[in-house]
Amino acid sequence: MQWEIVIGLEVHAQLSTQSKIFSGASTAFGAAPNAEACGVDLALPGVLPVLNRGAVDRAIKLGLAVGGKINSPSIFARKNYFYPDLPKGYQISQYELPVVEGGSVRIQVRQDGEEREKTIRLVRAHLEEDAGKSLHEDFHGMTGIDLNRAGTPLLEIVSEPDMRSSAEAVVYAKTLHSLVRWIGICDGNMQEGSFRCDANVSVRHQGADRLGTRCEIKNLNSFRFLEKAIDYEARRQIEILEDGGTIQQQTRLYDPDKDETRAMRSKEDAQDYRYFPDPDLLPLEISESWIAEVESGLPELPQQMRARFERDYGLSAYDASALTADRDISEYYEAVVEKLPSDPKLCANWVMGDISGYLNDEGKFFDNCPLSPTQLAQLLTRIKDGTISGKIAKEVSRQMWTKVRDQSATWKRRNSELEENLADQIIEAQGLKQISDSGALEKLVGEVIAANSKSVEEYKAGKEKAFNALVGQVMKAAKGKANPAQVNEILKRTLAE
Amino acid sequence: MSLSLDDVKRVANLARIEVSEHEAHTALAQLSGIFSLIQQMQAVDTSTIKPMSHAQDVMQRLRPDIVTEIDQRDLFQSVAPQVEAGLYLVPKVIE
Repeated sequence: MQWEIVIGLEVHAQLSTQSKIFSGASTAFGAAPNAEACGVDLALPGVLPVLNRGAVDRAIKLGLAVGGKINSPSIFARKNYFYPDLPKGYQISQYELPVVEGGSVRIQVRQDGEEREKTIRLVRAHLEEDAGKSLHEDFHGMTGIDLNRAGTPLLEIVSEPDMRSSAEAVVYAKTLHSLVRWIGICDGNMQEGSFRCDANVSVRHQGADRLGTRCEIKNLNSFRFLEKAIDYEARRQIEILEDGGTIQQQTRLYDPDKDETRAMRSKEDAQDYRYFPDPDLLPLEISESWIAEVESGLPELPQQMRARFERDYGLSAYDASALTADRDISEYYEAVVEKLPSDPKLCANWVMGDISGYLNDEGKFFDNCPLSPTQLAQLLTRIKDGTISGKIAKEVSRQMWTKVRDQSATWKRRNSELEENLADQIIEAQGLKQISDSGALEKLVGEVIAANSKSVEEYKAGKEKAFNALVGQVMKAAKGKANPAQVNEILKRTLAE
Repeated sequence: MSLSLDDVKRVANLARIEVSEHEAHTALAQLSGIFSLIQQMQAVDTSTIKPMSHAQDVMQRLRPDIVTEIDQRDLFQSVAPQVEAGLYLVPKVIE
């Protein structure tokens, strides 16, 4: 019997506002405990919440980016439960009429070795406040409460159960992660908890139309844990069902050390949140003009850019996808193509390959790339015009990188350190120009033929491999500076004489 | 919809309100009265009326995204029963 895994994700994206969603306290990470918890965050008697316009702005942005419906009015509701890191006894969230309803995210999935697009539908995205943090280390048998995080704006983005494997769930989460950073609503820092996932997992027989009973795995803060937790949970459910058991709907936690999920202590009525509209907050009106204003500030979205890269630059879906993984790499790539419009593919290969590699080694990203697009484009132009071979170009690029690696300037924050003709300087200074003088090449070829009579005999006897060996010898004699095509041509001609 | 004594006790428990057997019976009678009122109102055709989510017909006022609060931790913690290392201490909770 084939089992099908069904997954829906709830993602909590912390919105990148300066202040909290309902108070004027700072949201900066890493402050001393409770230094950023004001009267509203502490739920002191008599305080009232006032909604942060910046949080709504960001929710609208996401709504537009996923093609969802922006509700107006949108309503805030109280979600009631008791926990010490939630001093009001309720969390202000949204229930009916969230800011965003519907919409979808398109993801690239690999199936049977082929890249394919899949649409993940969204149920909704709603605004809510984060809770504080409980510290269970020993405080004389008590729990310590830090309310700095209380009131931090979150956007909870809920998907339909449209994913069918942990790999798909990870691709969706990564796509969403890249999208929220792309449109600038969330910094995406998973270590600091700015982007956390809850996964709803159920299994059913392949082809069944009813969903199985699901379990929710809470607070997965890395893509790797997301994948492992889903895999474990699906296996656990399948084992229970194959043994004739039934799945109990429950909330579970993933333990990365043991690589397993376990049930949270769940009281029977823990899920009874008794939502009702918060009388402290009036309905939120989002005018057409507000939506239009947000829309005009949206950048070109990764999906549109990917399509444009495929169409205008003739890139493969894979390349276009890699070059739109984040805004910084796409911006860098386009800056290179602008200088070398005749070969976008060559530019793509170098940006995704060598330059990404150099940055990786330094733990840097494209926004801080010390090598400028102009410098790279000049190097690539020298390959195109036959001044140097691709092999020599790699050597030159290594030297260029060594030169720029430690400078303070980056391609975006330039200063006089940036030498745009660095490639030419290195090629010139080290005499790396290709030997294109055919007289000089013919002389080299003649020498190689004289010194390798065995290979020449073999070639004449019909062994193709022997020819390649001879090309190799000529290239070696030329210290890599000969144009391989030209060497081929001269060698063939000379051997035929 | 008829309310049972168990419903009343469950809701009281969810709201962390301690009710005696006697109080639960009183609450049941009062809540049932309110429910029958709601039942009466539900007989009215409201299909053409926009749902009301707030008693005042005004919209939410927004504030700009600016930090306006300063650190007043010492002041706030001066009335807390127990604090340590900047944290509020509460009876141990285990999830």
